[in-house]
Amino acid sequence: MTSRRQFIKISAAGVGAATIGINAASGFNLFGSKDETGPASDEDLTPYPTYCEVCFWKCAGWAYVDKKGNIRKIIGNKKDPHSNGRLCPRGTGGIGMYYDEDRLKTPLIRETDSEGNDYFREATWDEALTKVADKMKQIANKYGPEAFGLFNHGNPGGHLEHLMRAYGSETNAEPAFAQCRGPRSVAYYSTFGAYIGSPENTDIRDTRCLVLIGSHIGENMHNSQVQEMSQAIENKATIITVDPRLSTAAGKSTFWLPIKPATDIALLLAWIHVLIYENLYNKEFIDQYAFGFDLLKEHVKTMTPEWAYGITTIEPEMIRRTAREMAGAAPNVVIHPGRHAVWYGDDTQRERAMAILTALLGAWGKRGSLYFAEKISLPHYPQPEYPEPKWTWRDLNNGKYQLATMGITTELLKASIPENNPKHRVRAWLVAGTNLPLSMPDKQLFKKAADSVEFIAVMDTMPMEITGYADVVLPEATYLERYDFLRASQNRIPNVALRMPAVEPKYDSKPGWWISKKIGEKLGLDEYFNYNDYSEVIDWQLKQIGTSLEEMKKIGVKSFPRTEGPLYLADGEDFEFNTNSGKIELYSTDLADAGFDPIPVYKKHPEPPPNFYRLIYGRAPMHTFSRTSNNHNLWDLMNENNVWINPKIADIWELKSGDFVWLKNQDNAVTTFPVKVRVTERIRWDSVYMVHGFGHSDKKLSRAYGRGASDEEMITNVMIDPIMGGTGMRGNFVTFLKEDPRKEVKA
Amino acid sequence: MRYAMAIDTKKCVGCGDCVVACQTENNVPHGYCRDWIVENVSGSYPSVQIELRSERCNHCDNAPCVRCCPTGASHIVEGGIVLVTHDECIGCGACIESCPYDARYPHPEGYVDKCTFCKHRVDKGQNPACVDVCPTHCLHFGDLDDPNSDVSKALKNRKWKVLAPEAGTEPQLYFLT
Repeated sequence: MTSRRQFIKISAAGVGAATIGINAASGFNLFGSKDETGPASDEDLTPYPTYCEVCFWKCAGWAYVDKKGNIRKIIGNKKDPHSNGRLCPRGTGGIGMYYDEDRLKTPLIRETDSEGNDYFREATWDEALTKVADKMKQIANKYGPEAFGLFNHGNPGGHLEHLMRAYGSETNAEPAFAQCRGPRSVAYYSTFGAYIGSPENTDIRDTRCLVLIGSHIGENMHNSQVQEMSQAIENKATIITVDPRLSTAAGKSTFWLPIKPATDIALLLAWIHVLIYENLYNKEFIDQYAFGFDLLKEHVKTMTPEWAYGITTIEPEMIRRTAREMAGAAPNVVIHPGRHAVWYGDDTQRERAMAILTALLGAWGKRGSLYFAEKISLPHYPQPEYPEPKWTWRDLNNGKYQLATMGITTELLKASIPENNPKHRVRAWLVAGTNLPLSMPDKQLFKKAADSVEFIAVMDTMPMEITGYADVVLPEATYLERYDFLRASQNRIPNVALRMPAVEPKYDSKPGWWISKKIGEKLGLDEYFNYNDYSEVIDWQLKQIGTSLEEMKKIGVKSFPRTEGPLYLADGEDFEFNTNSGKIELYSTDLADAGFDPIPVYKKHPEPPPNFYRLIYGRAPMHTFSRTSNNHNLWDLMNENNVWINPKIADIWELKSGDFVWLKNQDNAVTTFPVKVRVTERIRWDSVYMVHGFGHSDKKLSRAYGRGASDEEMITNVMIDPIMGGTGMRGNFVTFLKEDPRKEVKA
Repeated sequence: MRYAMAIDTKKCVGCGDCVVACQTENNVPHGYCRDWIVENVSGSYPSVQIELRSERCNHCDNAPCVRCCPTGASHIVEGGIVLVTHDECIGCGACIESCPYDARYPHPEGYVDKCTFCKHRVDKGQNPACVDVCPTHCLHFGDLDDPNSDVSKALKNRKWKVLAPEAGTEPQLYFLT
């Protein structure tokens, strides 16, 4: 069993291109011959509509293809509210995903040689798909289809999710919940009876005051939000940023509150205290819409700015001043709900405090606060109902995390390990669009779970680390080479966007819909795949909403009138919130019923021991998690992460910018690769900062391999949010090693 | 006519979109760039400031690169755009040495290359690729002689600076501060 799970580096299925360093005079040219080196005239290029898959913002644009069939550039679609005609660096550089010479090129099947070593054999599609389908049949017969789990993220995962639901399994989880937005979803739902959604319904464009609690807009390149923050700067809106690091956004803020990490709830409660006890809150709004104000008032009575000062290190006068600033701009205030919210394990409560602050300012459903987003509802293509599974991801939580709205990745991993005696054991996995070894904390849990299951199939475009654990690797075509689901995300105006192939799939890669359909057919699930080409599904859906594939090919994005009412709440309008009380719950009855604090409480978190520093991680604008590090265009912009160290700390360690160190954490975990030091005043003395997604260990990622260090390797202490199962990842402390600790010592 | 660019450092987030858009628009080889981001950090924690700048060739009125070019490959065309004629460039690198802004690089095919203000687009009445892609709208381009141009309007009500004014190059990138 264990040998079968040997990690395989995808073996020479192509040319192992040498790493091309910055300014290496390699002469490597994207388009080969010399006559094509100049700029192409737009008239010679054909634009094909697409929406981006480099991140979840899904900006619509045009892929420009020349007469030889080369994609030359990708430009935003001016009618698209996600991009407004301007893609971010990753969208512009999405071209590098298509041209990446390290792509998965053909299906691969794990084999074992006579000496017991595992290797990958190149296979035909039919062989690979038959292998997956046979295993699915076998699992279904032996344990029921529910025992086949799915880890998914983004569009490709969606096609497999359809396959799995048709097959009878709803045992799925995506990192988007327990490793990302989960606490926010649960907190805002329990307060306002509504989710924030994606793209967030933040009216930054028209706000008078933007409050960022650790959100690093501009480093997280959520396109329209970055654009709107720029408009807010233009409009001279007040920006208040709370961050232990001088983020890019903090650098552009009116007020930067350099908070001590893990103390945000204390600051939020003190702000709430000031608003209530200085009578700055929106009394009419609270009287009409809120539940539990008196309980809240009593709760925060002693939580003065002076109380919070000792905890947060933010001066009381600054706490008062910023609270008054928000009240002055109310209700046109965006308390940004954040996105990646799993920090300290009490994250739902922090998000709750943010939601309560929002309510006190009346900053809900008002211009310049959080608007009522709307999306177009796409009718389902006529197919039979999915079979009802006997158990689902919910049953893996063993009665815990009642408020979770999506599968919890860590619980799916735990249920894969027999030693845990899971009530429902997961026996096999499909994985798509998520690189679990680099996206999940607690690597040991992942490895043990991967070792325990009978079978893993991975669908991806790149030889990500997760492919090394697979029995079958399914090379997916990139978003530029395939039809896909229509994008029908929420926004100010409902809209739909088309993704169609700009070019044929490179190598022997195939679209996700095709892979799912072929497996489905092998399982006899033909009635769930009742089309020859996914474009038929899209065309049918588009016709139901009054357009067509033909029209969408010309325009890419189409908007529709709102039908669910105006963008904002009218003053004094009767409005019932979708909560137990029908009101905004300052005191949460949901949380009270589930046995949790109904009003957020500040709880002290552990602090770093001497010579250790809290590890804070975040994003860089030119990369998406670990998935873009090998993209040549984006690699050119940033090819490794650094560890940010305050100069005073660097002095103690005699470190200077450009030195390399290995990081060691409180549990003696050490990074595989060293990471370059960046000595900077932008970080506190008690913390260090790294951009997430580097330190790839698979050599087949020829550019990304060994570049920078993986923050996930340092995240061994995971603080679980008891409310929804989120994995708090910012309670890890690291120190520096100047020598490779694995270097053999001569006797 | 005098083409120029204004860069709003208050809005720039340093994302590098201008760099990658230039790369795909102008087919700049991997590992090189015609524009780039500079981050200046001053002060000490917690009183710290950051200035982010998207930089490129300054298309100087008094361009040292043109004055030192032995073949005439580096030259100035209408609107003040500084260009390099690839066929006339011998790749000696004198211009690279003379540029106070490090705006030029040796193209692997043997000539010196740099920002052209996307002349092929500007001639058609479009903006340079970097200007049209920028998510923060921090780049403003146009004709300084036209008071209604984007760049003229951007400079009108804002404080600005140029880089290395002491070099006397009369640069045409204006950084709004």
